[in-house]
Amino acid sequence: MKIAVCIKQVPTREWQPRLKDDKTWIREQDVSYEMNEPDAYALEEALRLREKHGGEVVVCSAGPARVQQVIREALARGADRAIHVEADSLGAADSFVIADALAAAMADEKFDLVLTGLQSDDQGHASTGVVLAERLGIPHSTIIMDVQVQDGGLRIKRELEGGWFQWITMPLPALLTIQSGINQLRYATLKGIMAAKKKEIRKAAVPAGLQPTQQIVALGLPTRSKQTQMIAGSAGEAAKELVRRLREEARAL
Amino acid sequence: MILVVAEQREGKLNRASWEAVAAAQQLAGGMPIKILVLGGVTGSASTDLAAAAVTEVLVAEHAALEPYTPDAFVMALQGLIEQQQPKLVVFVHSYRTRDFAPMLAARIRKPLITDVTGIRGTGTDAVLMRPMFQGKLSAEVKPVGELPYLVSFQIGAFRADAAQRGAAAAPVSRVEPKLDGSAIRQKPEAPFQEAKAAVDLSQAERIVAVGRGIKSQENLGIAEKLARALGAELAASRPICDNGWLPMERQIGSSGQTVAPKLYVALGISGAIQHLVGMKGARTIVAINKDADAPIFEVADYGIVGDLFEIAPALTTELEKQ
Repeated sequence: MKIAVCIKQVPTREWQPRLKDDKTWIREQDVSYEMNEPDAYALEEALRLREKHGGEVVVCSAGPARVQQVIREALARGADRAIHVEADSLGAADSFVIADALAAAMADEKFDLVLTGLQSDDQGHASTGVVLAERLGIPHSTIIMDVQVQDGGLRIKRELEGGWFQWITMPLPALLTIQSGINQLRYATLKGIMAAKKKEIRKAAVPAGLQPTQQIVALGLPTRSKQTQMIAGSAGEAAKELVRRLREEARAL
Repeated sequence: MILVVAEQREGKLNRASWEAVAAAQQLAGGMPIKILVLGGVTGSASTDLAAAAVTEVLVAEHAALEPYTPDAFVMALQGLIEQQQPKLVVFVHSYRTRDFAPMLAARIRKPLITDVTGIRGTGTDAVLMRPMFQGKLSAEVKPVGELPYLVSFQIGAFRADAAQRGAAAAPVSRVEPKLDGSAIRQKPEAPFQEAKAAVDLSQAERIVAVGRGIKSQENLGIAEKLARALGAELAASRPICDNGWLPMERQIGSSGQTVAPKLYVALGISGAIQHLVGMKGARTIVAINKDADAPIFEVADYGIVGDLFEIAPALTTELEKQ
């Protein structure tokens, strides 16, 4: 099976947001980045499918030169080669622009299966994978917790809300968005890191004429829906004060 | 005209559809609103929604719409949008919408803004607020492109009981979705639940929930002791259950249980939106986190910024004293 995995590079979870002066995007020079977590699960699933059914795993990422970091990491974990759609403008692009950019670079590869994470930890539109499927002209399913290849097609377990699931069969080629927790992640070995250095990263250009579908007018800290009472002091003092307030004010004990 | 796409399954309305109606009414600014009920058999969903102060309720039934598939929904909605010519199409940001709305937007080449939590202004010029960066930031965005704009509203962001009811029931009319059943590529089986949950967290009076901040499974004992001292059930955010540190049935959030206890203590939970939707209905929320900017503090009544490995044991000691 020829499997593509789309990964995005996003700010780390520890990152403290700081904004550019015009407050329409983050100050990128302050950011340290990592692989979008759901995409890491998609990569792991692709590697497991290759181990079972053979074939190759190709990592695809759209973004500025900096995204090479996560491409190298994916290659070190075991992906065979990579496609990098490179442009500075892709760093803050919306999911439709990203999907169009990826589709242009991926179409000729004729992948049997395309996996992505269910959403990104940065903009979080939860759209890129589904739009990409439509642009590639292949069927999709989302929030997947199990992938089985059978009779030349797929049998997949889709997560519904509130603890419900459903099995779906669909033909290949197809695109699936993968839910975190579908598998246990592996980490790169030293051997993998060394091998990754020799693996191919094909650079692709962004197709001309991609139009954004939305404009960020302003970014800011979210407004609080509640007036939070912050309790200060040492651990012992704060604990004592919290218990007092839970008893006397909130009557929650 | 604003078209609200209600969500129903086999005639049972998803309550969040009323939230979408409330959001559409706030967005309308004088524009007429129609509600679209889509499915195989939609039962009483349309008559329920006809109580809303809207111009019309449209019912689109077709055997190929049940069970739900994204291919069938996109085919049906593409035709109905062409026929009805709305300027805005409004959805509930459910798992189902996430499955078909991006495909619909891609196919008809219209903008889609997802997970919207607030509206500034009205009509097609309105600015839409949505979380970004795991809720650490809130963005004000404007769609760019041709009408109609597609907008999905975060579940719980608008109040269902804020939806205005009409003086009389709105007229209900049938519309014919155009569908080619043979073009549907996904073949779904019946939904099922994994082994029945042994704990029903929705009935718990108090809950202590742990997140990534607990760092390892061995540290869970700290949370267990606190839960015992509070007479609380132990629960967790998704990553903890993904790691297998606690069973999935103890997961709170959009993919787990939704709870509304008297007291909810969040230990080392940053407060990603998928978690918040499962617990923000709790009467009193306590957040303990080392990051003062963690989104969990936005919904907390009481917050302590600090090391949970010091504060949780101190709380346990304090509770055991009295």
